[in-house]
Amino acid sequence: MLPIIFVLPLLQLVILSNAATFEVKNIKFAYIDHDHSSSSRALIEKFEASTYFNVLTDFPSETQASSAMLKGEVDVVLEIPSHFERNLQKEKNANLGITINAIDGAAAGVENVYVSQIIQSYNKHIKTDLMQRLDAQIQPVNIASIPLFWYNETLNYKTYMVPGILVLLVTMITLFLSGMNIVREKEIGTLEQINVTPIKKSQFIIGKLFPFWVIGMGLLTIGLILARLIFDVPMIGSLFLMYFYTSIYILVILGMGLFISNFTDTQQQAMFIAWFFTVIFILMSGLFTPIESMPEWAQTLTEFNPIKYFVEVMRMVMLKGSGLMDILPQLIKTLVYALIMNGLAVWSYKKAS
Amino acid sequence: MKRFIGFITKEFYHIFRDRRSLFILFGMPIVQILLFGFAITNEINNVDIAILDHSKDASTKEIINKISASKYFSIKQLIEREADIEGVFKKGKVKAVLNFEKDFSKNLIKDHQATIQIITDATDPNTANTISNYVNSILQNYQQEQNKAINIDYVIVPEPRMVYNPELKSVYMFVPGVMTIILMLVSAMMTSISITREKELGTMEILLVSPIKPFQVIIGKVFPYIFLSIINAIVIVVMSIFIFKMPVQGSLLLLGLESVLFIVSALALGILISTISATQQTAMMISLMGLMLPVILLSGFIFPISSMPVPLQIISNAIPAKWFIIILKGIMLKGVGIQFLWKETLILLGMTVFFIGLSVKKYKIRLE
Amino acid sequence: MNNNNVIQAEGLTKMFGDFKAVNAITFEVKKGEIFGFLGANGAGKTTAMKMLIGISIPTSGAAHVAGFDVFTQAEDIKKNIGYMSQKFALYDDLTVKENITFFGGIYGLSKLKIKEKTKELIDDLGLQEVANQLVGSLPLGWKQKLSFSVALIHEPKIVFLDEPTGGVDPITRRQFWEMIYRAAHEGTTIFVTTHYMDEAEYCDRVSIMVNGKIEALDTPKKLKEQFKVDSMNDVFLKLARG
Repeated sequence: MLPIIFVLPLLQLVILSNAATFEVKNIKFAYIDHDHSSSSRALIEKFEASTYFNVLTDFPSETQASSAMLKGEVDVVLEIPSHFERNLQKEKNANLGITINAIDGAAAGVENVYVSQIIQSYNKHIKTDLMQRLDAQIQPVNIASIPLFWYNETLNYKTYMVPGILVLLVTMITLFLSGMNIVREKEIGTLEQINVTPIKKSQFIIGKLFPFWVIGMGLLTIGLILARLIFDVPMIGSLFLMYFYTSIYILVILGMGLFISNFTDTQQQAMFIAWFFTVIFILMSGLFTPIESMPEWAQTLTEFNPIKYFVEVMRMVMLKGSGLMDILPQLIKTLVYALIMNGLAVWSYKKAS
Repeated sequence: MKRFIGFITKEFYHIFRDRRSLFILFGMPIVQILLFGFAITNEINNVDIAILDHSKDASTKEIINKISASKYFSIKQLIEREADIEGVFKKGKVKAVLNFEKDFSKNLIKDHQATIQIITDATDPNTANTISNYVNSILQNYQQEQNKAINIDYVIVPEPRMVYNPELKSVYMFVPGVMTIILMLVSAMMTSISITREKELGTMEILLVSPIKPFQVIIGKVFPYIFLSIINAIVIVVMSIFIFKMPVQGSLLLLGLESVLFIVSALALGILISTISATQQTAMMISLMGLMLPVILLSGFIFPISSMPVPLQIISNAIPAKWFIIILKGIMLKGVGIQFLWKETLILLGMTVFFIGLSVKKYKIRLE
Repeated sequence: MNNNNVIQAEGLTKMFGDFKAVNAITFEVKKGEIFGFLGANGAGKTTAMKMLIGISIPTSGAAHVAGFDVFTQAEDIKKNIGYMSQKFALYDDLTVKENITFFGGIYGLSKLKIKEKTKELIDDLGLQEVANQLVGSLPLGWKQKLSFSVALIHEPKIVFLDEPTGGVDPITRRQFWEMIYRAAHEGTTIFVTTHYMDEAEYCDRVSIMVNGKIEALDTPKKLKEQFKVDSMNDVFLKLARG
């Protein structure tokens, strides 16, 4: 079991952190050039120069392009109409057809932004040309926007995902192990044995869960070391604060595991129910997808999701250096959660036996 | 045949006696589809932002109005000093701060040039980048209106056409993924557990000593899960059609056949897991930790494969779920037929044969 | 081959790598006999038994069970034997009736026959009240008796019992052996492994395996005479200590 507890999760931390990215790059790009003019070639060169697009091929006709898109060979097709250059020069106006595979709606939105950016910059280029020729008196207004990316200037996605996936692994392992453990004793029949000894129930439970608490903290430690060494994730905030928060968070999860094991008869059931809730908690945690985009009611539901708080705290403390006062709301909610969960667990344990 | 039917009846007893697992088995797909349909989206909208306006003049007001009217942003806070930015980010209250320079309007009129800083909390790089792009396009739009008087218009008008999903609904992309995960779970995990359970309890031995043939035992164990998986697949498809108005453009028959193929390949994987694990616990851990996470993350379910590092892109080819997701998206959203999907289908078929071959080999060794 | 011998093994050997788990054992079991197969843990009993019931292929030697060859006719053997393993082997989450129906089914009994057998079996064991309860809720002793009856459901020529009485009380063990006697009396051959030396005394003939070899084979009475001791327990201790 030990390799499954430690090696597998950490291997996943290393591999999956690389996989979890919403960045859109290597966009499979193709074009149909009906014009074959110097203007159309200049535009295509702009796309070739961009790092986001992989210009794969040109298609002679739309039929071939749409068949390639059906096969999934291309994601974006740019269609330059005939007389593109002529329209541009004579009427100062030309249209461009852009077809985007929108099955992944979010990626399609981003791809659209990239395409417009390239066209805008091409536009600007022509504008200045035109302006010089017009020798215009009136100058157009221009708003210069300066993007500043704080805490992660290079927009490195791994910096964002590593703390999140670490949260996931710590949670899953501690929940599964604690959830299965007491059911196992029930299944084997040793629980009865313990119930007849004079040990207090709370003592028994603490004794039972303490090793998993240690395992959770151990996983956190190894995970943090890997995050630092392999992914070079910045750790701006206080390590002590991270450990302090985690030590309370794991109590929530252990209480939950205990609660589940009190209500199940077999390890299989315990595992299933634990898995059911983990999946929902993970999906609703803001780990992979933004919480703000959820509808109001769903955002309210996430208030009851302990994983959400852990994900937030880890990211805030590690990446932004948030202090105790900044994470106080999360800390208090987690503490209350831990008290309620363990209270319920002890209560239901007494009832069960 | 009679023996076989008796065997399958027994498997159904096992499944229906375990109410809690059954509830999870059927509740899981419904809850997941509802969550993905109604709650979870990888779009970015409703982002909380803060404004730091040093000018408070007509132009900045107009821009701020435009921003707050957009569905992407909601203005959460107005701050007065640069020094406060750090604080709001650290509390995690807002994701971006727009910083308007002093005398914004005046500069715009006098020098035809004014500056805005878009400061984003880039701990989430994707959101930060998208925010930056959205703000820019709002600014562009404002700029264009201001320049209307001057006859230098946008010269090139791009006409983007979003094919297969014109409204950019993220549920369209998640449905095939959820379906894949659920079928994988029910088929691979449940089969491997139910076979190892017989091993653990010792009943497997009894079955092997009886005249019923080993392959009949395996098929008998697997058969009910084919049935359950198909029900799950139908529930998912029906829900996505009727609740989320998801179009199924292609042939339902092809969709059904491909689903059966995927189910069989997942079952074969489940049998393989059961041949290498002695206890239910091991089987569960292998299926959950070893199978589910890679399937979720490396199949293109949530994260685009083309953006991953090359080694991971290569690994993703070995994951049956990736091919099934391509097939599902093709049939449901693009409406393509087998002439476009034969490659993926063949790969899936090849994998299935491989898994079955491997488990037959392993299974024989165990019998020695 | 003697028609009276339902099991006949000659030089039967099983190797795991270099390790001889079963080392050229030779013996025969007569029809209707209760044959005790004894040995310390790890002596090779279970391996030998697995070869006879067709789930493990011998490395060398020859054996016939119910007239069929263990190398080539394992499937025919399976139809003619019953088996009850040391792990309790009914399904806990099925009822008594469902278990009987299931096992009757996989041995190819007709529906009518299964119905008949179910009634007979439940009446014999006095399980009328719990016939529709899950087997998991029954006491161990009942489960074991039920398990034995289920192993006999298709009226096999030979029934193999692998430590059938582990963990049950003396009264139940007694009842269990009464069932064994009755089955033997009706002509079923019984091949039983056990740890309990008092049970060895109940057998018609006993073999004792040590380190993969059969070191002694005879009736309990003759074995006691041969080793000049009073009980099978002492026979066993003498042999096992070498």
